[in-house]
Amino acid sequence: MAEKVLMKGNEAIAEAAIRVGCRHYFGYPITPQTEIAAYMSKLMPRIGGTFLQAESEIAAINMVYGASAAGKRAMTSSSSPGISLKAEGISYLAACDLPAVVVNIQRCGPGLGGIQPSQADYFQAVKGGGHGDYRSIVLAPSGVQEMFDLTAQAFDLADEYRCVVILLSDGILGQMMEPVDISAVSDNSANWNKSWALTGTGGERKPNIVNSLWIVPEELEAMNLEREKRYRKIEANEARWEEFRTQDADIVVVAYGAAARVAKNAVQGAREAGLKAGLLRPITVWPFPKKRLEALADQAKAFVCAEMSLGQMIEDVELAIRCKKPVLLSARTGGMVPTPEEIMEKIKEAERGSC
Amino acid sequence: MAIVFQKPAGLTDAPLHYCPGCTHGIVHRLAAQALDELDLTGRAVGVAPVGCAVFAYNYFNCDMIQAAHGRAPAVATGLKRANPDSIVFTYQGDGDLAAIGTAETVQSAARGENITILFINNAIYGMTGGQMAPTTLPEQVTQTSPYGRDVTHTGMPIKVCELLATLESPAYIERVSVDSVKNVKAAQKAITKAFRYQKEGRGFSFIEVVSTCPTNWGMSPGKSLEWLRENMLPYYPLGVYKDKFAGEVAKP
Repeated sequence: MAEKVLMKGNEAIAEAAIRVGCRHYFGYPITPQTEIAAYMSKLMPRIGGTFLQAESEIAAINMVYGASAAGKRAMTSSSSPGISLKAEGISYLAACDLPAVVVNIQRCGPGLGGIQPSQADYFQAVKGGGHGDYRSIVLAPSGVQEMFDLTAQAFDLADEYRCVVILLSDGILGQMMEPVDISAVSDNSANWNKSWALTGTGGERKPNIVNSLWIVPEELEAMNLEREKRYRKIEANEARWEEFRTQDADIVVVAYGAAARVAKNAVQGAREAGLKAGLLRPITVWPFPKKRLEALADQAKAFVCAEMSLGQMIEDVELAIRCKKPVLLSARTGGMVPTPEEIMEKIKEAERGSC
Repeated sequence: MAIVFQKPAGLTDAPLHYCPGCTHGIVHRLAAQALDELDLTGRAVGVAPVGCAVFAYNYFNCDMIQAAHGRAPAVATGLKRANPDSIVFTYQGDGDLAAIGTAETVQSAARGENITILFINNAIYGMTGGQMAPTTLPEQVTQTSPYGRDVTHTGMPIKVCELLATLESPAYIERVSVDSVKNVKAAQKAITKAFRYQKEGRGFSFIEVVSTCPTNWGMSPGKSLEWLRENMLPYYPLGVYKDKFAGEVAKP
């Protein structure tokens, strides 16, 4: 039976993680993700889990590295500047094929920026963030229910592909409250046999080694190419998105996360004004739903990319549609949230430009 | 024929890459021997640093992980919290532990993490070719203190044992050396005690080993040991800096 509770997005993340067997959370205080740590600190001791407030975001991600290497489901959460500090650790996790979930409740930047919501860490999350050739699966929820559902799925994806899964959210979604059905997830952690985990040899097997140092370039290239095959598999299998009124759309708006909620209103407004607008909302921003976008490029006259950043996701939209059609940018930055009217203006502009 | 000496089972057969006269080999053996003696090798998980000992994961015959520069105590924390039955140790140099990783060192000690840290202090960055370390002595010449360490410019070297001993939580802190047979034996005792404390759940144990780096000091191995005795030991006195359980008998 559905078990609905009213929750903040941040709390939904913590609840989902616990429900799917995450018992090791390491974090460092930063706004606007604070409720995740607060929730974990309350619940973990009651269920025999670990909540540890680390001395820094750097230490926190390295604790996740240790706990994951020990074979346990582990996560950390932070907000933009803190994620920058975790970048080296995320690269190590990727290089060692360790599963982990990293939550970014984005705030505005650059620098200390501000505490208002933003989507300006798109490049950092989707294009790498840390050093070296690696990818993270990046999930982009746009409501509190999805914060819950995607967090639960993030742990399975991380274990399945032995990679880092980033939940790329923002301060709006983290702070707002919506009813959430928390009953429909289960702990699947036993599905993966982590024979690589560092649990001690017990004198019965050869030592397991978790390491990312490969001094011989031929060996490192082979390791990277092997991992690349897994990334191609993720691209083939895991791209997810949602569409709204795209069937006959001339103008396709592309937006994710909180911006997609505003964009949906803009599309509705445009339809009421007689414009054939639709919305494609990527749920995974890596892998990016590029095949579907490319197909839409044959039908649509133009695209509008609506983001709370100064033109980051638009590059992926242009790549996906191979620049076959014009792509207009509707962008706000610095913690400003777009209005439906702003995005609707861009839809109208796209319509005029493509006539 | 009776075997009077052999390599501990806690070490693999991989040939060590360390320079001739380097004391890492001795400390590796002491750590492995301690784990064997306490029957802990099968439960051990070691954390290799960034620095000369980065390849330690090839030498210890137990589960091993390589950590980002300075982060070994955080990684050890994650390992230990996830699997409290593991015997978790880090093996770190002076740059790793006392410069880039100072926060992790101090905070893991302050938390009283039930882990063991083996700290190799040879007053220099080895792997990168001999730069000034946080423990480089005043006037000591290195690649990045070519006129000798000027303490009016860089401050004085950090005494890590003394610093950590001001904290309430650590169980055991001792500084040892491996410059003589007598001191190697004392070091063996200290490292064994550190692992025993962890096994008994007593909390954070920290052994600093005052060591040499003949290659980057530009001295023969023999001369390096003399230099260590004449210069390092007066600034870094050997001894027990903290032992919360001194005098108590071992737990069964």
